[in-house]
Amino acid sequence: MSKTTPATPDASVGDQDLGAAGSQLSTAPVEGPPNLPTLGAIGWARWFWRQLTSMRVALLLLLLVALGAIPGSLIPQSGTDATKVADFVKNNPTLGDVYDKLGLFHVYSSVWFSAIYILLFVSLVGCIVPRTWQFVGQLRSRPPGAPKRLTRLPAYTTWRTAAEPEQVREAALALLKKRRFRAHLAGDNVAGEKGYVREVGNLAFHIALIVLLTAFAWGQLFKSEGNKLVVEGDGFSNTLTQYDDFKSGNLFDTGDLVPLSFRLNKFTGTYETTGPNKGTPRLYQAAITYSEGAYGKGRKTLVKVNEPLEVGDAKVYLTAHGYAPLITVRDGKGNVVYRDAVALLPLDSNVTSTGVIKVLDGYKNAKGVSEQLGISAFFLPTYTTGSETASTFPALNNPVLNLTPYHGDLGVDSGIPQSVYQLDKSHVKDFKDAKGQELRENLKPGQTMKLPNGAGSVTYEGTKQWANFQVVQQPASGWALGGALTAIFGLAASLFIQRRRVWVRAVRGDDGVTVVEMAGLGRSESAKLPEELGELAGVLYDQSQTEQSTPEPQEAPSEGSEK
Amino acid sequence: MTLAAATELATATNEHLANISNTLIYSSMAVYTLAFFAYIAEWLLGSRSKVGRTAAALTAGAKTKTKAKAPAVTVNQGGSTAVLERPQVVVRSAAGSRDVPDGPGAHGGDEQGDLYGRIAISLTVLAFLIELGGVVARAASVERAPWGNMYEFNITFSTVAVAVYLGLLALKKNVRWLGLFLVTTVLLDLGLAVTVLYTASDQLVPALHSYWLYIHVSTAIFCGAVFYVGAVATILYLFKDSYENKIASGGTPGRFANSVLDRLPASASLDKFAYRVNAAVFPLWTFTIIAGAIWAGDAWGRYWGWDPKETWSFITWVAYACYLHARATAGWKGRKAAYLAMLAFGCWLFNYYGVNIFVTGKHSYAGV
Ligand code: HEM
Repeated sequence: MSKTTPATPDASVGDQDLGAAGSQLSTAPVEGPPNLPTLGAIGWARWFWRQLTSMRVALLLLLLVALGAIPGSLIPQSGTDATKVADFVKNNPTLGDVYDKLGLFHVYSSVWFSAIYILLFVSLVGCIVPRTWQFVGQLRSRPPGAPKRLTRLPAYTTWRTAAEPEQVREAALALLKKRRFRAHLAGDNVAGEKGYVREVGNLAFHIALIVLLTAFAWGQLFKSEGNKLVVEGDGFSNTLTQYDDFKSGNLFDTGDLVPLSFRLNKFTGTYETTGPNKGTPRLYQAAITYSEGAYGKGRKTLVKVNEPLEVGDAKVYLTAHGYAPLITVRDGKGNVVYRDAVALLPLDSNVTSTGVIKVLDGYKNAKGVSEQLGISAFFLPTYTTGSETASTFPALNNPVLNLTPYHGDLGVDSGIPQSVYQLDKSHVKDFKDAKGQELRENLKPGQTMKLPNGAGSVTYEGTKQWANFQVVQQPASGWALGGALTAIFGLAASLFIQRRRVWVRAVRGDDGVTVVEMAGLGRSESAKLPEELGELAGVLYDQSQTEQSTPEPQEAPSEGSEK
Repeated sequence: MTLAAATELATATNEHLANISNTLIYSSMAVYTLAFFAYIAEWLLGSRSKVGRTAAALTAGAKTKTKAKAPAVTVNQGGSTAVLERPQVVVRSAAGSRDVPDGPGAHGGDEQGDLYGRIAISLTVLAFLIELGGVVARAASVERAPWGNMYEFNITFSTVAVAVYLGLLALKKNVRWLGLFLVTTVLLDLGLAVTVLYTASDQLVPALHSYWLYIHVSTAIFCGAVFYVGAVATILYLFKDSYENKIASGGTPGRFANSVLDRLPASASLDKFAYRVNAAVFPLWTFTIIAGAIWAGDAWGRYWGWDPKETWSFITWVAYACYLHARATAGWKGRKAAYLAMLAFGCWLFNYYGVNIFVTGKHSYAGV
């Protein structure tokens, strides 16, 4: 039978040809034309549900998810880069307004994107549940008997043999069972089916997707993320108040913070010294001593860029580093009123840094009156003549600390929160040097700057380093990983394993000689199917040849004659 | 020897290796060009045969039934002494698809054409080996895997694509027809690499030091190469399918179409080949994305953050999932599914070139 149907092939024609033999070879939902319902509300609901869980709509929703994800990759997103969003809105006010209304600055949490994936999610669940039941049903029933005309199947073979039909069928049954087919005798033929793992894999894959999506959503809702800058020698313990900044998901509770503390022993950074990437970090690591729980034992470890410290659900990442000059301030009488390592913020990749030293109490000026000191600091880890305002290398090759002291009221008691890196200059005065200029001096480690008229001194003792740690807790990431791995295995099983049926029909021909027909059917065409059929046929053929030479006693009514 | 002197020596060796690598890449381009001309010769000589198999199968000849169908597979030659004729498996194409024999390949059955085709393949093998040498020398010069920037990615990518092609040939798959298309794009890819994308060799920033990166990028390159082969087969399928449609509906295709398309495998074979290739590599692509997520989890503190590169990998993945779904959905097989496959490969390409060049994200710090 030759078909030359042009253009779009219609698979259902083929299936009808084969009748029941081709049915239930998968659990994919059967597609009907989307005819409109006639029954009232329930009819509509049913119709809607059937549409939602059909392959066609699943395909459509998948396409929509892909399409919907695109704008988020091209338009700045407030979740990843809020300043870029602000710039965009400033430069394109009208467009920015439209984008904002459409949620295009936070696509992946927008109403419409959520709507698409929730629909897909529902469709997925609505698809899997009935498919699973159907599959269980298929496992409990037996593969259908051979269709009338085996010649129509994708792979077919036939031969004649002197063996009895029953013998051939028995041999076929034994052979198929040995090859791990689920096989049984169905009238004049033996029906066998194999490759159920494909369906298992497919269902496992789709279920794993649900697990993955749920775990991801769970992680987003319960996650927390905080930053903490730690100077060498200092420590951190995981409570909300210790963080410099902190963000969390909608359902996060402070009690969820993993009990954990650590101390930064030493930060080590080495940098490329030559070539186009001069200055990019090579070694970049923080040596810490950490302990789990409230009273855990201290353990030493290294935290590197790709190697966070993991404690329970929490991961501690090394995200940045900078310098913290050690400063000693003395008052007019020579008493030490301040001594601390002051963390400075890097301005560029060569770690040119700025910050402020604030002496809030204890300092008395030359007249013995209490005052506050604020000292602007500007720091170059590698100072090169000719480049006085920017460091030329990130390492501490030739550190120079530039200080500008001020005295007066720093305004920290006014109740308005102040950045530790900025100086409010509204109520302070500068110091004047001998020439009446603003006092400002470059110090090398160990050097001291005298404040004029016996107002005290500031000493740059040396340099410590600081590291910034990001502590992230994202629960359920183990589930997400498990889901993802299951998905891969399910997918591989589903794509590489063929589910197929084989039939062997043996009947006595008109001339009294036994005619054996074999055919195979798979859900998707594969070169393996005819190969396997040929292999089986070969074995069966050899068996029927040898059996014929040692004829067994004939037994009466053959099952084949019933048909 | 002082430390500085040792470093200098090492730098000099590395520069030397980088120069060797560049020479090898240019040499491989020269040999690929020779291969290109040999493939052209194969196609030109092949056009001398004027059989018109497709037309024969689809018009009058088709009525002569089963004989013209897909080749019968002979099986089990295993030394049997049976006197009777052994059973032969007859393969029928699925209900609804056309019964068209596969074309003979670019040489069109012409002996001289076939010879040029073989020369072309030999030259491709040679060029591949030279290019591989170039990639390895590059890797040695930077003391890491050769995919820290787009230049390295491009040379590695085309090497792997050719390896996939040669591998399929070695497995005796019917893929010789791919040769010309593949070598043409490999030349374009290398041309782009050595002109626009060239980056002097250097080591990586620490965030790129991770064995998950090695796993992630190597599988990404391999998947890309295989998807690329699938995409070429899909495009050819679309052409061949319209060609067959035209003949089946009584039209007469142009001379050029006749000459070229008649020699390609049947549209059903091309379609099946494209599907198998895409489906086979899809789980690996899934794995690639997961490996990337694990790496991101280690490097940036979150395994998924909708970074443009991540987003486009996801879009590509969903597009291929659409394609696989489409093949299982009635009414979407054939051309519609093929369009989806093209779309999916388009996403892959955009993820590579588009995102690297036009969109800034965390992935862009590797330098173009
Ligand atoms: C999150 C969304 C989904 C994704 C990413 C997805 C992905 C996939 C992939 C990659 C395959 C190929 C595996 C194979 O061919 O065996 C597949 C197969 C399949 N999917 Fe989905 N799927 C999704 C949702 C759905 C939904 C909602 C349905 C229900 C209509 C569904 C029904 C099926 C069926 C029946 C198959 C097997 C087709 C066959 O037997 O050839 N999928 N899916």
